[in-house]
Amino acid sequence: MNSIVMKQDASTAIRELLAYLLSSSRVDAVLTMRQVPETGSCDLGLITDPSGMVEAEPFLPVMTANAGQALSSISMSGKRIAAVLKPCELRGFTERVKREQGSFDNLLTISSICGGVFPLEKVISGDLEKLVPRYIEKTARAEAPRGLRETCKACEEFVPMNADISVSVTEHGSLMHLHSDRAEEYTEGFEGERIEARADQSHIDRMMKSRSAAKGKLFQSLEKSSGLDGLVDLFGKCVGCHGCSRVCPICYCQHCDFESINFDYNQPYFQESLEARGALRLPPDTILFQLGRLTHMSFSCVGCGMCSDVCPVSIPVAGIFKKTGERTAGLFDYVPGRDSEEPIPVMVFKEEELGDIG
Amino acid sequence: MPDFHPRIIGFLCNWCTYAAADLAGSSKLELPPEFTVIRVMCSSRIDHNLILSTFYRGADGILVAGCHPGDCHYGEGNYYARRRFALLKKVMETLDLEPERLELRWVSAAEGNRYAEVVNEFTDRIRKLGPSPIRTSTRL
Repeated sequence: MNSIVMKQDASTAIRELLAYLLSSSRVDAVLTMRQVPETGSCDLGLITDPSGMVEAEPFLPVMTANAGQALSSISMSGKRIAAVLKPCELRGFTERVKREQGSFDNLLTISSICGGVFPLEKVISGDLEKLVPRYIEKTARAEAPRGLRETCKACEEFVPMNADISVSVTEHGSLMHLHSDRAEEYTEGFEGERIEARADQSHIDRMMKSRSAAKGKLFQSLEKSSGLDGLVDLFGKCVGCHGCSRVCPICYCQHCDFESINFDYNQPYFQESLEARGALRLPPDTILFQLGRLTHMSFSCVGCGMCSDVCPVSIPVAGIFKKTGERTAGLFDYVPGRDSEEPIPVMVFKEEELGDIG
Repeated sequence: MPDFHPRIIGFLCNWCTYAAADLAGSSKLELPPEFTVIRVMCSSRIDHNLILSTFYRGADGILVAGCHPGDCHYGEGNYYARRRFALLKKVMETLDLEPERLELRWVSAAEGNRYAEVVNEFTDRIRKLGPSPIRTSTRL
């Protein structure tokens, strides 16, 4: 595969590429993580002025919002956008495109073999400055940095699946792989030696080993959270904020059923429930809400971990979705975000399948 | 639990299984009184939330039934229903939420006998399982 050798570190090289795309008018805007050098505060930014590129930190190991979700509506504006996405953000975006909530038409996607991100609490506590240098060091050696999001530690989909450009950082240096005609076209004239190369497979294999082990542990830790009693224990502290669905790249419904009149309980409902049960949890339906979401979209879950990260009472929502999602997607050999042409499982069927049902 | 009378909801497709229920009734086949029928236009009309809410509101068992694959009045509704059912069942299995309280069966309009068999068999199963913890929990 045609690849560009990056002389500087990957962040600098991609920042230069993004600035080149903007100044040569190949794209109208760039979507990337940014960081204010003086204060260290970071966010996801859409930049149109090349001078704004100084703040771009394309590979900052933080996810303040799933960029795939953020990209959803702006990708349909008709503007040409270069977006730096983590693999799960790209997969989340792909899932949205399948739901007609985004478009690849005017998009150049840049992704990288991902070492994972830190939970937002590390940003808030100001620990990020200390953590990032060590993160870069460890990731380059295919080791797992400490303190990552639980789902990142257990993520086996850290190689981008359908990016135009992917970046791989190994101990042998950094490479920019061009996967599509669009990537070739957009990078034309951009300085850098072109070589024929692929991402270092042994590096990927080493990463996979620790990820798979962590996934096993994560799933095992969730064993006790099953059965009605287990779920009641787990969701007992849920405040019912629905934040997990707000930040979810897959949950796109403008008007969630759970926020509709269908679940807007009134006096007769409470009375009826109390008569039947003798007691009721308030707010009601926190488990029903998650069960509904699990059935509606877990097969598309990309395991980005946003839901767990924003949960004010630290419920491991992402782990439950990742575990259940693997099983529901597995029913139809579906891999969320693998291919934008692959329809979501509930929109299609095969006549000869699921023969044991009915 | 000899005097346990479960509450079972059957979501039946208008074109096949509901007609089969009619046939079973007019053929004077014995049907359990615990089984409450809700007629829907197609088995694919049953959204997951409808089933989950029904469990929450006091069902001990839920049966969804419609036309055999290939015989859907609308062409392919039951194929979609089958996929959705598989998904919900998988979620219930994964979280250990008594998936056996939910069932999907194909019963055509001509199968009055099969209807009676399916309904009696399912009702027996739920009687043996006892009351659904979702119905009785005070923490939901």
